[in-house]
Amino acid sequence: MNIAGANDASLAQTRTIRVQIPYHLRTLAQVDGELRLQVAPPVTLRAVLDAIELRYPMLRGTIRDHATGERRAFLRFFACEDDLSHQPLDMLLPEPVAVGKEPLLIIGAIAGG
Amino acid sequence: MSGVRVLVGTRKGAFILTADGTRRDWQVSGPFFAGWEIYHMKGSPLNPDRIYVSQTSGWFGQLVQRSDDGGKTWFQPGVPAAEAGPPAWPAKPANRFVYDDSAETGKPLTTHQWYDGTQHPWEFKRVWHFEPSLVDANTVYAGVEDAALFRSTDGGESWHELSALRGHGTGPQWQPGAGGMGLHTILLDPTNPDRIYIAISAAGAFRTDDGGQSWKPINRGLHSQYIPDPDAEVGHCVHHVAMHPSRPDVLFMQKHWDVMRSDDAGDNWREVSGNLPTDFGFAIDVHAHEPETLYVVPIKSDSEHFPLDGKLRVYRSRTGGDEWEPLEKGLPEKDCYVNVLRDAMAVDTLDDCGVYFGTTGGQVYASADAGDTWVPIVRDLPGVLSVEVQTLA
Repeated sequence: MNIAGANDASLAQTRTIRVQIPYHLRTLAQVDGELRLQVAPPVTLRAVLDAIELRYPMLRGTIRDHATGERRAFLRFFACEDDLSHQPLDMLLPEPVAVGKEPLLIIGAIAGG
Repeated sequence: MSGVRVLVGTRKGAFILTADGTRRDWQVSGPFFAGWEIYHMKGSPLNPDRIYVSQTSGWFGQLVQRSDDGGKTWFQPGVPAAEAGPPAWPAKPANRFVYDDSAETGKPLTTHQWYDGTQHPWEFKRVWHFEPSLVDANTVYAGVEDAALFRSTDGGESWHELSALRGHGTGPQWQPGAGGMGLHTILLDPTNPDRIYIAISAAGAFRTDDGGQSWKPINRGLHSQYIPDPDAEVGHCVHHVAMHPSRPDVLFMQKHWDVMRSDDAGDNWREVSGNLPTDFGFAIDVHAHEPETLYVVPIKSDSEHFPLDGKLRVYRSRTGGDEWEPLEKGLPEKDCYVNVLRDAMAVDTLDDCGVYFGTTGGQVYASADAGDTWVPIVRDLPGVLSVEVQTLA
């Protein structure tokens, strides 16, 4: 299996990361409930997004803009009661997320609908 | 037995309405892609079971869906299924519409005019219209917002901009209409594969005679009070353009205000609003067998997007414009305050030409007698964004 961010040294330390995504993206990805993804450390937001797009190619472009690679404006990233939406993508995720205890939340903004 | 398939894009999903050639009893299937905006869906004239769908969302961006079995099943071209085995990056960047500003083929990504008159960068938002090729089932054009024309030659897997249009040089004068700066009309000349007409709100109409390598604005005769020079070369808010395939040099336009006609491939236009009660509107189409018979749905004004007097009426001209008659049998006679959007009217090609349109109130009306009488196929869909019709053998 290909694992996002993995190299020989980090493969052995691969973690299972939990991610919650909006209803429409679960429908697109044909999944129920949380995503569970294998991510090699360091567990950053970018590594998790890479893992999502690797495992679920149909989600490419729906979370990050195709052209810019930036978070889509109406999506927000939350974890451990913090808003990570405006943090650098290479920031390490909180430890409870990195060890799979807490999920990373990808949330659709309330605007519109 | 012949039949028709009506493809309906709505604010909250896609629907397919089918009937046999009598067009009396209708089956409704859907919603497909429930909850998403379906700006447009259109079948290939070469393979009617191949249908392209623009599935879009302010949250999640643009997806392309395709069916190769008349809408029974759908897939995203170029995107492997999640359970398709070991994950791997797709070979081609599916669903990706990136403006071509490469040194070799592209044009610089300039700015366009924003609502307040300042300059604003080009930003891709969504696909407004798919136009499948008349000569190759794997080739399809996409008109997008912010205005540009893309083409796929692999059935929608990958998309490449025909950048000479956006790079025409007048971009800084293009500006968004109320619905955004969309390229909404794509007309392919059935007699000349190198000739394509497109229209943009609010830039105007353009034509290429060399397959998209170069474009010229074709707006002479248009007059628009909402731009500094009402007779400018570009800047006109063209709402829709229609053409009869037997006469590709004759074009009919519903502009922001004014219904227009050109008899020379858009080089010159003249107003044919005639006795219309109001010449504001969005939709316009041509009878399948009578190239001088036109249909429009007059809307009260640019400020009040609903029918005059709350009475929904289609107007028909049998003289190529100027003289119009109201068609109201079967349509709401009072308390009707819906709109009919630019891509929400279509005709079938059965002997008795059928005419169809959808409303922002979720009704889809059909006439099996060229507009004389109307019946609602469905009344309670989400707001209708687009209607296309396939006539099936």
